[in-house]
Amino acid sequence: MKKLLVIPFLCTCLISFGTAIPVGSKYSVKTIKQAIEKASHGDTLIIYSGVYREGNIVLKKNLTIIGKGYPVLDGENKYEIFTIHADHVTVSGLKFINTGVASINDLAAIKVLESNYLRVQNNKFENTFFGIYFANSTNCRVEGNELKSDAEAEHQIGNGIHLWKCEHMTLDNNRVSGHRDGIYFEFVTESLITNNFSEGNMRYGLHFMFSHNDEYRNNTFINNGAGVAVMYTKGVKMIGNTFEHNWGSSAYGLLLKDIRDSFVTGNIFKKNSVGIFMEGSSRIEFKANTFSENGYAVRLQASCDDNVFERNNFSANTFDLVTNGTLVLNTIDHNYWDHYEGYDLNHDAVGDVPYRPVSLYGMVIEHMPSAVLLWRSFFVFLMDRAEKAVPAITPDNLKDNSPAMNPYDFHKAN
Amino acid sequence: MTRVLKYILYDILRTRFILLYTAFLFISTFGLYQLDSDSGKVVLSLLNIVLMVVPLVSTVFSTIHFFNSYEFIELMLAQPVKRSTVFLGEYMGVACSLCVAFVTGVGVPILLFGINANALTMLYTGVTLTLVFVSLAFLSSVLTRDKAKAIGIALLFWLYFSLIYDGLLLWVVYSFSDYPLEKITLVLIAFNPVDLARIIMLLQLDISALMGFTGAFYQEFFGSYLGIVLSTLVLFIWIVLPIALAQRIFNRKDL
Repeated sequence: MKKLLVIPFLCTCLISFGTAIPVGSKYSVKTIKQAIEKASHGDTLIIYSGVYREGNIVLKKNLTIIGKGYPVLDGENKYEIFTIHADHVTVSGLKFINTGVASINDLAAIKVLESNYLRVQNNKFENTFFGIYFANSTNCRVEGNELKSDAEAEHQIGNGIHLWKCEHMTLDNNRVSGHRDGIYFEFVTESLITNNFSEGNMRYGLHFMFSHNDEYRNNTFINNGAGVAVMYTKGVKMIGNTFEHNWGSSAYGLLLKDIRDSFVTGNIFKKNSVGIFMEGSSRIEFKANTFSENGYAVRLQASCDDNVFERNNFSANTFDLVTNGTLVLNTIDHNYWDHYEGYDLNHDAVGDVPYRPVSLYGMVIEHMPSAVLLWRSFFVFLMDRAEKAVPAITPDNLKDNSPAMNPYDFHKAN
Repeated sequence: MTRVLKYILYDILRTRFILLYTAFLFISTFGLYQLDSDSGKVVLSLLNIVLMVVPLVSTVFSTIHFFNSYEFIELMLAQPVKRSTVFLGEYMGVACSLCVAFVTGVGVPILLFGINANALTMLYTGVTLTLVFVSLAFLSSVLTRDKAKAIGIALLFWLYFSLIYDGLLLWVVYSFSDYPLEKITLVLIAFNPVDLARIIMLLQLDISALMGFTGAFYQEFFGSYLGIVLSTLVLFIWIVLPIALAQRIFNRKDL
């Protein structure tokens, strides 16, 4: 029996352990390029701390590259650092600094082209143009990386994690700040994006297009230039994310354009100038989200249909809901609204009179943006009161028929 | 002049209304700070008081005071003092006492709970609005001899600036919504001190982001050095013009 167990163990040893090649000033192999040349498929390069200025390093072998004590790979503001064109590569524990900046080529710290089964783990990136760049790759994991940049203008900097035409990717626990888009996806499908933290990027915290059936869980998007914008996609799941403090005249917590058949549940939208802006989106379920202290909690354009807003908490928003038309094809039900002034005679925690989340003034500004200069004037206050008493202009059927009397406690449920 | 002013201030203090007004402002500000620890929100709530209550109290109190001291004014004019001295003394007395009431009523709680730029802007707009509406009240007082009529005119001023003007403005914006209106509305805003004060205040509170393009445009204007100078100048004109006109009428008036 014991002998039988030994056989598979020996097999795994043979498969997984290539030779380890140490790289560093104290060792016979001084540069990474030399080491790559020397290594054969399946070997491990252990890179010891130091500064490596080797220009562009092209990797076409399936190696495992491990940094000890965060060796620094310097692009000298001229080069792309790693260009990987091989399957089963692992890159971990390295520190990439100062890649080149170019307008024509997307220079990156790690660029992966047409490769599968890669791992990019626990690396640090400072002042890189693009951080991690995948093109036409599948089944890769990007986890525990930290990307920092401090560009002053959008055109001087690329995206933190940039994925183009990929499948089955996993992004976990990365921190991106100061890039153009924190996380950028184009044609990335069937992927899982969890526990990432995207803060203070020039443009979007998360930006994707044509990226179907992806799942976003427990990510945080804070203080990005224009928040999060996602477009032309179906089958998106956004669960338990936080969208906070995306504040500015064209910043959105979450901008949904042409998104279909998706779920947005359990997210927190806090202190955004617009919590959710929706345009041309259909069949999205919004459940158990918290909207607090936003300028507009939800801007629902009339081009959206069959969306469902159920059991969300709306509190301390300046405007709960704004729309630009009278046609309403969406369902809004069982939400908690702190502006609700109705009563509950039978104490079933459901308000007895419907709540109309759209204020007259909200409608007015949607049609005439200049009317915003009357904001908080006595006239507007009276106008809103009159409209609440006798709705004439606000869409008659845009209402929550069974508003909750008390806010839902989502944390307790979890 | 100083002596006239002294008598008027004594007179105003004796009526106790000013003390009541101070207490009201103090209690409401203090209460708001107690309810909410976020000073930004407190200032936003106080904004309603500043924009509604302060002009209303200023107009009504000034008009009533002017007519109540009509005999005193007549007596003073029988003495060898200039008409303008008496009139300006009256104005200064009323305006000073209302401003002091506002600054103590609102300022002391602010000082207690932490002073910041928002609060200072609010004090500034409150004081200017007080001065503007006292001016307007004096104008309405000299326009007629009938106390009730004068109060009516003063209230009309208040109603016009806090309500009717905004309605008209909305109508203008609605009618010409196909045109770029930013610069025109900026000019139109200058014709209403209440709106001007409100917008200065709102832009201070970092909610201009909600105001879209219009907000960005205003932010750029009011945030600039020129904008601050111009808006202060316009508010100053709103103080000086009515009182100058009122004094002109008063000087020629057959009491």
